[in-house]
Amino acid sequence: MSETEKFYLERFGVTDRELLAAMGRVKVRDVDYADLYFEHTVDESISMEESLVKRASKSVSQGVGVRATAGEKTGYAYSDEITLRQLEQAADTARYIARSPAGAGSVPAIRVGRPGQDLYPVTVPATEVATPEKVALLERIDQVARAYDPRIKNVMASFTTEYKIVLIANSEGELVGDVQPLSRLQVTCIAEGNGQRQVGSFGGGGRGEYTFFLENNRWERYAKEAARQAVLNLRAVDTPAGPMVVVLGSGWPGILLHEAIGHGLEADFNRKKTSAFTDRIGEVVASELCTIVDDGTLPFRRGSLNVDDEGTTTSRTVLIEKGILKGYMTDKLNARLMSIPLTGNGRRESFQCIPMPRMTNTFMLPGESTPAEIIRSVKRGLYAVYFGGGQVDITNGKFVFSASEAYLIEDGQVTTPVKGATLIGSGPEILKKVSMVGNDLQLDEGIGTCGKDGQSVPVGVGLPTTRVDEITVGGTQA
Amino acid sequence: MTSIRIDQNLTSELLAKAKRKGATAADAVAVEGDAASVQVRLSVVDKLSKAQEKRLGLRVYLGQRSAGASTSDLSPASLDELVETTCALAQAVVEDPSAGLPDPAALAKERPDLDLYDSQTVPMDRMIELATRAEKAALAVDSRLTNSEGADFSAFGGRTVFANSHGFYGEYQSSSFSCAVAPIAVQDGLMQRDYWYAVGRKLNRLDSPEAVGQEAGRRTVRRLGARKIATCRVPVVFEPEIAGSFLGNLCSAVNGYAIYKGASYLVGRLGERIAPDLVTVYDDGRMPGGLGSKPFDGEGLPTRKNVVVERGILRSYLLDTYAARKLGLASTGSASRSVGEASSVGATNFYLTPGTATPDEIICSVKRGLYVTELIGFGINMVTGDYSRGAVGFWIENGELAYPVEEITIAGNLKDMWMGVEAIGNDLVFSGRIVSPTVKIAAMTVAGE
Repeated sequence: MSETEKFYLERFGVTDRELLAAMGRVKVRDVDYADLYFEHTVDESISMEESLVKRASKSVSQGVGVRATAGEKTGYAYSDEITLRQLEQAADTARYIARSPAGAGSVPAIRVGRPGQDLYPVTVPATEVATPEKVALLERIDQVARAYDPRIKNVMASFTTEYKIVLIANSEGELVGDVQPLSRLQVTCIAEGNGQRQVGSFGGGGRGEYTFFLENNRWERYAKEAARQAVLNLRAVDTPAGPMVVVLGSGWPGILLHEAIGHGLEADFNRKKTSAFTDRIGEVVASELCTIVDDGTLPFRRGSLNVDDEGTTTSRTVLIEKGILKGYMTDKLNARLMSIPLTGNGRRESFQCIPMPRMTNTFMLPGESTPAEIIRSVKRGLYAVYFGGGQVDITNGKFVFSASEAYLIEDGQVTTPVKGATLIGSGPEILKKVSMVGNDLQLDEGIGTCGKDGQSVPVGVGLPTTRVDEITVGGTQA
Repeated sequence: MTSIRIDQNLTSELLAKAKRKGATAADAVAVEGDAASVQVRLSVVDKLSKAQEKRLGLRVYLGQRSAGASTSDLSPASLDELVETTCALAQAVVEDPSAGLPDPAALAKERPDLDLYDSQTVPMDRMIELATRAEKAALAVDSRLTNSEGADFSAFGGRTVFANSHGFYGEYQSSSFSCAVAPIAVQDGLMQRDYWYAVGRKLNRLDSPEAVGQEAGRRTVRRLGARKIATCRVPVVFEPEIAGSFLGNLCSAVNGYAIYKGASYLVGRLGERIAPDLVTVYDDGRMPGGLGSKPFDGEGLPTRKNVVVERGILRSYLLDTYAARKLGLASTGSASRSVGEASSVGATNFYLTPGTATPDEIICSVKRGLYVTELIGFGINMVTGDYSRGAVGFWIENGELAYPVEEITIAGNLKDMWMGVEAIGNDLVFSGRIVSPTVKIAAMTVAGE
């Protein structure tokens, strides 16, 4: 037994024998697969506004989720209380799906599986770093942001960190544990000038230690970036409305991939034939400059996991190779039903949720062009470098993502900043309009959270500077 | 571990423990409940889920310093740890002159029965049947409805407890039931999805699964053949669901926290005109059976009916004790407190009062314009009011819905959009916590081809 498994078994007084008994109770005749997901998460959040670090909170959440699948059906039950009685009740509810009579099913003996990788070894979890140290950091952020420009009138900063320990046992006899730290530092500035008020926001994080934010003065860069954006936006002009050439900056604008194609390539939508990408493997869905992967194995990245929330080791999955659709992202249920490879994308928000196929870190591989060449190639267009959120309707493929820092490109030069605007396009079509891909791939700073079916999970995105020949820009200047 | 009951004994003991550890004041919130849901897809059960939840949150004050913590482990040892953790956190933060519990005299004295609870439990088989009927009804609307994301039925029943060191203790039960279906229509190899739902606190008052399904089917099939339109500036009509989202933006903008932080475009506008005379907005925490109703707010103050906008004039922000102190105002009984979250301000039943025109009359009043039935994306800047979102709907030509449109955006500024409200429908339905009838806005920029 590894430390994690011991931690759980001891903490909740559940023995491996009881685990087997609960598994036997749920894995009855017509159940194909069953698993138990134990979770213990400590969350800490500290925030500052008006130069005062005045809010702090900590929460401890623990529980167990019990799942049974039979054919396409899933039965699920969870409880905040991890007791044998609750486990049994949950098992009875979960196996209800199979309509099989009760009775001990046969399950193989438990063998301990271990994550095949150790992507985020942490000696001191950020949750264990003394609170006053984090308070001091937020106070320094306030000073740096305000010193950036006298027009900065308010600074809001927050540090949030979680330390999640999971243990997953399944009816195939696997027992695997993982410790998943995750932290994020976010800064928002409000600037006033020219009789108006504007906002700028920047942040980052990942699965490393607290010192990540101190290395290379990251915290200071976040503060200055947020202040710079807020002040810049004070002179932003109205954005044009209608189709335009759009150059996306590197890094966070990769949210384009997440919305335009990522969700549509999650296996569940394709098995149910509800995605605009259904039955299109092998087809051209992007320009040949586009190779796009989902990779859960990048060290310390926000979207990375040693094992997904079904205990499968994560991997690098090629979604689109030189414009050709190659594969979907799967969890166990959908990989089995579709007879396609298991990619380690089965994720869930917490023990309260049923796992489903989700992205990890989704990005486009670099091309040959320099960013300067790409900008120079545009006579009139939009250069969008930072974004808020995005959303997609996977059925008709229409997606949006909203720029929060963008500029006009005029005669090959980046000129005036424009107000934030939503960009809209069609997932299966947009990447066919990619005409230049930069050599400057960057991943985002580590702030992405993806929502699906009410479940939020941390994700990453990445993009080299990319030219898209036409996207509809939702400005106000008709 | 045995099950621990959440009651006044538990909260009193917890608050006493906090005081022994040096807290000058404290409050506690706890929720417990049972949730169940089913999803049926193409008449086959896809998912069944059942849950038992029990969580408790504590906030302590050490003079003017405060912090909060929560746990789902209610054992005595865990609660001791909760108190320790919370007090230690509070020691680490700075003094905040505005922090503190509300004035004891202001705490709710009555516990009105707002008819929020239905003790009926729905067996799984019954939930499966209801969801199946909803989906069948949806797919029967048109032969082009050939696929489905599924139909859901869910039920929740639970109890909320709140207590503070001024001696306040209150609890209430609440329930909710919902039915939703999302069918998919196919034509010429292209798919469209839409959905419809019903939600309420009483099982027997929920719309029938057939009614929900038929509406979902109608909404989905009408989207087939959607096209882009040319970029233009035209009047825009929001159907009630979308008008509700637009009203939700107003609700965020009057949130006292956004106001004192300078993060709302409505900072400093109290008493000023923000919309034409026909706009009146209430937030009513006492509406019987309301989805947002509660007998007392998240810090024990009585809920009430607040006038937010009265004939176009901004009359009130939504405030809890903290935001009110920051702004030199009084709480509006709008504190929202969930376990594990910092206390905040939330809407109860926030609605735009209906006008007299039917939705058809409003559409008829538009020569060329856009009728919006869905919005996607998050392109709203609350600080400036700048607004730009993806839209789906219908092109209006000579007062009639001419054809479905998609892959367009609508853009403007919330200030101008509210000042430009030209008509309000008579079709208000309390299908959520923030609801609106149909709304017509004079002009917005539509970006398309």
